[in-house]
Amino acid sequence: MSLLEVEAIDTFYGRSQVLFGMNLAIAAGEVVTLMGRNGMGKTTTIRSIMGLTPAARGKIRFRGEDIRSLPSYRVAKVGLGLVPEGRQIFPNLSVKENLIATAANRNGASQPWTYERVVELFPRLAERANNMGNQLSGGEQQMLAVGRALMTNPHLLILDEATEGLAPLIRLEIWNCLERLKQTGQSILVVDKNVEALTRLANRHYVIEKGRVVWQGDSEALRAAPDIRHRYLGI
Amino acid sequence: MLLLLFEQFLNGLQIGLLLFLLAAGLTLVFGIMDLVNLAHGSLYMMGAYFAAVFTQWTGNFFLGALLALPAGALLGIVVEVIALRTLYTRDHLDQVLATFGLILFFNEFARVVFGAGGMAIELPSWLEGQVMVMPGLPYPSFRFLIIVVGLACAGFLYLLVQKTRLGMLIRAGASNREMVGALGIDIKLLFTLVFGLGSALAALAGLMSGPITTVQIGMGDNILILALVVIVIGGIGSIRGAFIAAIAIGVIDTMGRAFLPNMLGTVLNPSDAGTLAQALSSMLIYILMAAVLVLRPAGLFPAPGR
Ligand SMILES: Nc1ncnc2c1ncn2[C@@H]1O[C@H](COP(=O)(O)OP(=O)(O)O)[C@@H](O)[C@H]1O
Ligand SMILES: [Mg+2]
Repeated sequence: MSLLEVEAIDTFYGRSQVLFGMNLAIAAGEVVTLMGRNGMGKTTTIRSIMGLTPAARGKIRFRGEDIRSLPSYRVAKVGLGLVPEGRQIFPNLSVKENLIATAANRNGASQPWTYERVVELFPRLAERANNMGNQLSGGEQQMLAVGRALMTNPHLLILDEATEGLAPLIRLEIWNCLERLKQTGQSILVVDKNVEALTRLANRHYVIEKGRVVWQGDSEALRAAPDIRHRYLGI
Repeated sequence: MLLLLFEQFLNGLQIGLLLFLLAAGLTLVFGIMDLVNLAHGSLYMMGAYFAAVFTQWTGNFFLGALLALPAGALLGIVVEVIALRTLYTRDHLDQVLATFGLILFFNEFARVVFGAGGMAIELPSWLEGQVMVMPGLPYPSFRFLIIVVGLACAGFLYLLVQKTRLGMLIRAGASNREMVGALGIDIKLLFTLVFGLGSALAALAGLMSGPITTVQIGMGDNILILALVVIVIGGIGSIRGAFIAAIAIGVIDTMGRAFLPNMLGTVLNPSDAGTLAQALSSMLIYILMAAVLVLRPAGLFPAPGR
């Protein structure tokens, strides 16, 4: 059974429609990507799933439960952890506070993420524990955003442009971290532009254009489809 | 002279702390939910009426106050759930109009329920006297108690906001409400709690000023204006800013009224000095606000991310 099923959703900002029958499914333990050029609706898909910009039509089910019209805090509670585009760290909370303020283990994970485990994953955060969120570098903010989402112990971790604007070494650190999370069985939905890294990391891919899926397949199929990469991803 | 100065300073501190109790709730509400709530002054007034009624019932000011606080919190929560929730997504002008309507409602409500005449709150006799705050300076016991309670509340709020999970969420909510929700926190519930807390503090300020002034219709209206000045100077959403600004305004206002006439009297003739001093001292805090806004448009301690 799928962990997350998105079926034919339409989403609007005011009167302008952005998603047109968008589909997506993720099984437990899978790493799935969402790719496409800027402005095609990747962030909007995530916002719809999270209940931040609710979809007007269609179905969104998480572990069988209909979550399409739940407010975002309830979506988070059923087990979705968001690492949002632009990181959105709380600037007026310290690093440690950013991590523990919203921490929870609502689904009774047997080995829950704790502050200690997060700083073990990102040792830099331990050094910065008492710094305010707005005193961090972009890379540190990104690690903090990942750690903050992990501390809600989600069934599904969602990352929107997690490596955008980061230096190559820091990017590598983020990719390595995601690889480690995958090893532990964490289900992940990733939005990113780095096709190489995504092909190595993920099981399956969705390519979208103008709010609908135009291609889907596993990493092998994506490697074998240079025309898709060229046409929809611009590489 | 020095004693007089110190006494006026204490008066200013006492008024400043009452202002702080009112401004604390106001600034949190404005900071987290982006809601301008003019009716906060009504919760101050209702707190005073509750205390007056409960004091009459129980015959004891402290029991009355103890009952008035939860009543004030409860009233705030009811107002929030019934009236204010619908206003969060509206613009500030709608909020001002709607909450101004609430002021009229509460003033009318008080007239019908408690009568137009106002009520006095009777203090126990041991609070009617004076304490020696230092050799040669007796000070009214009750005003001194207000200072102690005000400082204790400030300390409590500091600990709550800086050291607890709830406080972290309040600060996080002031900088990025949507993200707090997306991480699994019911921001509406959080806000209702904060609103209840703010209402209890407003009620506390009202019931403590009741015995000094009298409890009357519209008593919250003037002090609300001052509290708005306080949160603008302190930075919207900042408890620390509200504390510093409230004390500064209390002290400057009191000192201005007490000493400006004499100071101006040394250079002007007495009647001119009198009029000018009166005009100046009532303007003093607005001059301060203008100066702060020129130098720091977001106030002294703006919550980042706004
Ligand atoms: N808040 C908004 N209001 C109106 N239009 C928006 C808003 N956010 C995004 N859009 C539009 O929706 C489309 C999809 O945006 P988005 O989902 O952010 O794309 P992506 O994440 O794939 O770059 C774009 O055309 C964008 O201009
Ligand atoms: Mg995007």
